[in-house]
Amino acid sequence: MTEMDAPVSGADVVVIGAGATGLSTGWWLAQSGVNVVVIDSGLVGWGASGRNGGGCSHHFSPLFVEEQRLWPQMDELLGYPTEFCPKRVRLAFDERQLELYGAAVRNAAHQGFSSTLLDAKQAQELVPLAGDGVVGGYFYDFGGHANPHRTVQAYAWAMQDHGGRVLQETKVTGFRQQGGRIAAVITDHGAIDCDQVVLAAGPSTQRLAAMVGVSVPMVPARAEMLVTEPLPLMPIGGVDGNGLYGRQTLRGNLAYGGGPHEWLEDEAVSTTPSSTPLMSYMAGRLAQLFPRAAHARIIRSWAGVIENTPDGRPVIDRPAEPGNLTVATLSSIGFGLSPATGRAIAQIVTEGRCDFADLSSFSLARFADLEPDWAHIQGWREAAQA
Amino acid sequence: MSFRPDPKSIAGTNLPVAERAEVLVIGGGPAGMAAAMQAASEGRSVILVDENPIGLETMAENLPLHFGSGMTGAVRNRNAMLEAVAGAMPALEDCLAAGVDVRLGTACWGIYAPGPDIGWLAGPVAGLMDGARSWMIGAERIVVAAGQRDMGLAFPGWEKDGVMGILAAERLAVFYGALQPRRLVVLGTGTETLQSALALQAAGATILAVVEVGQAPLGAPAMLTALAAKGTRLISGHAPKQAEGGAAVEALVLRPVDDDGHGQGGADIRIACDGVLLGVGQVPVVELLDAAGCRMVFDPARGGIVPELDARQGTSKPGIYAAGNCAGIWPAKTLDTAIARGEGQRAASALPGAAGEHSPPDGQVGEDRLAWVRATVLDAGDSLHVCQCEEVTAREILELRPPRYLGVDQLADGLPQSNRRDLRSLLGDHPHPDQVKRLTRAGMGPCQGRRCREQVAALLALASDLPYGAIRPASHRAPVRPMPLRLAALTNVETDAMARHWDTWFGMPAQYVPFWSVPARYTAATRSGDTEGASE
Repeated sequence: MTEMDAPVSGADVVVIGAGATGLSTGWWLAQSGVNVVVIDSGLVGWGASGRNGGGCSHHFSPLFVEEQRLWPQMDELLGYPTEFCPKRVRLAFDERQLELYGAAVRNAAHQGFSSTLLDAKQAQELVPLAGDGVVGGYFYDFGGHANPHRTVQAYAWAMQDHGGRVLQETKVTGFRQQGGRIAAVITDHGAIDCDQVVLAAGPSTQRLAAMVGVSVPMVPARAEMLVTEPLPLMPIGGVDGNGLYGRQTLRGNLAYGGGPHEWLEDEAVSTTPSSTPLMSYMAGRLAQLFPRAAHARIIRSWAGVIENTPDGRPVIDRPAEPGNLTVATLSSIGFGLSPATGRAIAQIVTEGRCDFADLSSFSLARFADLEPDWAHIQGWREAAQA
Repeated sequence: MSFRPDPKSIAGTNLPVAERAEVLVIGGGPAGMAAAMQAASEGRSVILVDENPIGLETMAENLPLHFGSGMTGAVRNRNAMLEAVAGAMPALEDCLAAGVDVRLGTACWGIYAPGPDIGWLAGPVAGLMDGARSWMIGAERIVVAAGQRDMGLAFPGWEKDGVMGILAAERLAVFYGALQPRRLVVLGTGTETLQSALALQAAGATILAVVEVGQAPLGAPAMLTALAAKGTRLISGHAPKQAEGGAAVEALVLRPVDDDGHGQGGADIRIACDGVLLGVGQVPVVELLDAAGCRMVFDPARGGIVPELDARQGTSKPGIYAAGNCAGIWPAKTLDTAIARGEGQRAASALPGAAGEHSPPDGQVGEDRLAWVRATVLDAGDSLHVCQCEEVTAREILELRPPRYLGVDQLADGLPQSNRRDLRSLLGDHPHPDQVKRLTRAGMGPCQGRRCREQVAALLALASDLPYGAIRPASHRAPVRPMPLRLAALTNVETDAMARHWDTWFGMPAQYVPFWSVPARYTAATRSGDTEGASE
């Protein structure tokens, strides 16, 4: 392969993937004086990072405590608005939902965060758009939500303010390896010499990792959301429940998703996904969640292609070889955790370890015994080979 | 081992369709009617839907055309409008006689087709709605003949009643007999615009003037002569400065401009009128096709962003075809509906060899649209809303200002901390309208960007010194008509099986095991089963 003139002369760290994870990593690195460039085949936040519910309440993750610590500071740290709003409510429409949603409360309590059980009346008072169907819910005295579009762009701009660089519409075509390390990332705009590589390319992570002999098991899937016209603001915009996740934006729109996903073949990763008639099923659920918004009109729906690992848990790990690669996939739950994730990965890159969270459960080693046909066994893909 | 699909995925779900037709035609203009007749003549079952008559509430939202409150109260009378619309569709009786199932007052809000990103659909389907119902229809072939709409152009006062698209005015006058303004000034002199102006004149409206921002009109001299015969003035080298009046327009003030869109010497012209018709660009209505994932191209000869089409009007999505103005707009086609009808026949026909002759498109859009935007929008100041729904100004778009609801201080001199960015920091010198839309909210309102999409693209092109075609207008999303949740919910009813497996996210219990309880090794065989678990 001929290498064209490089778009940039080189970098201490090349981050592949300008999603929330990659950009946050780049921002934390740039802040600490590292010469970093983030590259993406598309635009900033064009994948799942820009197509999600914006929730920031991931009580099951080792990065939860740091997620909670950082979000209230993010506007100030970044210097650009993220539209972060604290607190969250979850409404249940039957006793089963109420019981299921209790897991979040127990996990959060385990880490010192409190919640309140709401009866039907309290739930309706707290959520003006809710109606009679609600049987109860929970008020989380933690978490919240932010605007994914604005936040990913804020990461990019804040990183640039610290000297980091973003190369959009730049495709990675290969890697130049030397002595068990990646010496350069080769793109369709030239090669970029580097000391370290962070691979955080969402559903493309598996394909790119395979180029350097690293296996990261994952399958892409489609998830969908819809958005309504603006409605009067509720006191707490982060209201989930009835099998839906999402938020009321600060503009007043209801942006919600949920329901059955569809596992896709790898070729879907390179397409711009279309939404499907699933929208009408989500509309029914949303009208039930917010009966007083049933008149609100849907003005958009959209779909995203999102990767999941076999257990749906993140991989943040450094394979033995190449020795200067850090692989990161958040397995479909990346946006809310991204302030903490980026900080953790930046530490791993510069210091070899994360000093504020135990990320051992994110290692690739947990898949040492994984069956080759795991995706078939799990019903994700009919073909027996993953 | 036999394969058992993930029960929480949509695999195995059959989308219920309320009805089926071999051919579904969307739009009852010349191309759509010709398509329906062709398919019927080949012995296939055909359903043709057309959203006219459009209800007052929808019109008031400037959907699907920029009606600008220019309709009379007559549109409230649905039965009368149904009669008027049916009477204005000359081919309707032939279509009915040929056995086509024609549904008026029925809009299509989305088209979906299988592809690498959608596996659960067996074939093309479309979502339809009328005032009371919403449902899915399956078809072997969908012919989209959705027509054209007006490009918006912002100038001070363009939000006033009576400032409207010329196609909207023509529709109201010719189809509905319900156009309120009678003394009209037309902006734009292209063939399509002059054709509409002549139709309005024939319908009894007075066209006081046609205005061209360039130094010479664009359309055929004969059309201008015909207009002039009934007293229409041609005013070249002028751009709108302001629409005057209260809630409704009472006069249009024009200012002389040079080729660069700058004001130049000479007095303003003030024309008393009750309607200002935007005819600066006719845009193929590609929203259904774009939202369905059909590949789109910028083709200046075909009127801008149009679907990529094969010799038989087929889009990149199998089973989905485009015909008529939504497949491309150019002068020869505007002047002779035989071209649109030929497209409709080709799109609908299953017979071999029906590809027929193509007439080469002879349009040329681009510089003319930039010229209008340069002369009216670019320097219009801080109070002119380019996006009327979300109230976003040209300056806010070009400086990528966060929306006002965030309360970020708007400093007069020197940008605040959270506003240090402008277009050039987005993507070098190649800004993407979808990115601008996400950051400024321009185009994110209930009119779904119909009044600002091309203007914003033109603004970005001007600001980054690129040709018009280099900037793709923002993408389209279903539903292409705003749709109440409760109406959308009627389309499909959740089955018990779906309800049982419905999950907030991917339905993987292991995903939500708290990190302190995660086992050291994971295998598919030993994973926890498909228990009911809630995700976040």
